[in-house]
Amino acid sequence: MPHIEGLDRLLAEHPFFQGFDAAALALMAGCARNEKFDAGQNIFKQGDPADRFFIIRHGQVSIEICAPPKGRLPLQTLGEGEVLGWSWLVAPYAWSFDARALTLVRAVSLDAVCLRKKCEENHDVGYRLLQRFIPVMADRLTAARLQLQDLYAPAKAKAL
Amino acid sequence: MDTILPASGGFTADPMTPRPFLVTKRRKELSDTFTLELSAADGKPFAFKPGQFNMVYAFGVGEAPISISGDPDQPETLVHTIRAVGKATDALGMLAEGDMVGVRGPYGNPWPVEEAYGDDVVFVAGGVGLAPLRPAIYRVLTERERFGRVVIYYGARTPEDMLFRKELQAWRARFDVSVHVTVDRVTGKWGGKVGVVTQLIKSGGFDRHASTAFVCGPEVMMRYSAEALVERGLAKTDVWLSMERNMKCAVGICGHCQLGGSFVCKDGPVYRYDVIEKPMAVWEL
Repeated sequence: MPHIEGLDRLLAEHPFFQGFDAAALALMAGCARNEKFDAGQNIFKQGDPADRFFIIRHGQVSIEICAPPKGRLPLQTLGEGEVLGWSWLVAPYAWSFDARALTLVRAVSLDAVCLRKKCEENHDVGYRLLQRFIPVMADRLTAARLQLQDLYAPAKAKAL
Repeated sequence: MDTILPASGGFTADPMTPRPFLVTKRRKELSDTFTLELSAADGKPFAFKPGQFNMVYAFGVGEAPISISGDPDQPETLVHTIRAVGKATDALGMLAEGDMVGVRGPYGNPWPVEEAYGDDVVFVAGGVGLAPLRPAIYRVLTERERFGRVVIYYGARTPEDMLFRKELQAWRARFDVSVHVTVDRVTGKWGGKVGVVTQLIKSGGFDRHASTAFVCGPEVMMRYSAEALVERGLAKTDVWLSMERNMKCAVGICGHCQLGGSFVCKDGPVYRYDVIEKPMAVWEL
């Protein structure tokens, strides 16, 4: 299948999938497809089924929270090479935030139901996939904690 | 008595006696941050190295340690970018063109720009931490051909809190400098990146085996930035940070700025990461 072979190669070239052998890549490529989002287009909405995750190949994505009456509050932007979405790993598999394309976005998405099924069938692939996702999640958690520190806020008045 | 330290700086015969400078220009940068351009009352140039600081004296109020933010290759104008955080800096903020200040300095270890010859140079700045880095950026751009890639990562609280915005834009417009900016939170219209500055470092853009990094900002930001740089493959010996402590005498006598076994005024403010890593993690210091 030329379609899967192409995606196979795309996954193999991405740092996130480095270390997977050809069989594992082919397995995951079977769950993958190319996607395109225009600037301004919603990629997913909070509460919707987290049925995919994305490897961003091109463009900028804003992860946002809807906070009426302030509107959309961007929490983080992600760009080329980064992984978008980990809610597909955590029951009840619903998106925790909104994601919106800031520019034209091209991405490879991996179908969550398909991938979860394959991970159940092949624990080795599932384990190695988790090994790659956990640093992404830890990294996002650290970034969120640092953001909460408001590090650049004006210092309290000192004696001088 | 001869001068104890280089006469090209702000020293008179006694290093504790400030040298008078005239405020020639005052510019508001942010809601609480302003820049003073000064010229020596005696007309002599003020030589300094990137990363050094002065004790700037608001007459009748007090002194504050302030990094020099101007161009080291233009010693006729001394530039300080100051955040108003207390009595002395508030008083400096009240000054107008034509007023006088006292200056002692320059003090402290500079950014080791010459040690980065042949390397990629990575600047990581957070908030008003861009001010102490700016002289090093000027020097690197003046000697641009001596360096590999030049990358500037800058994180600000909001788009409105970005320091030296026009200069960042001018540097970004150059073909030989990469400038990446992010904000912690969005206010109003902002089409750029959102997230902490450490996230920018993870995107790379420099040679992990031949880079020197200069980092300045709040201490927590510097610690995490240094870790991110090391994670990207830089040696701890290639990462430099500028520390801030409560400096009083600025010549290593009073001990106010002691940090572990060193005095920030004399042994810093610029430290190599492997030297400062452990003291940085001790909250009592």
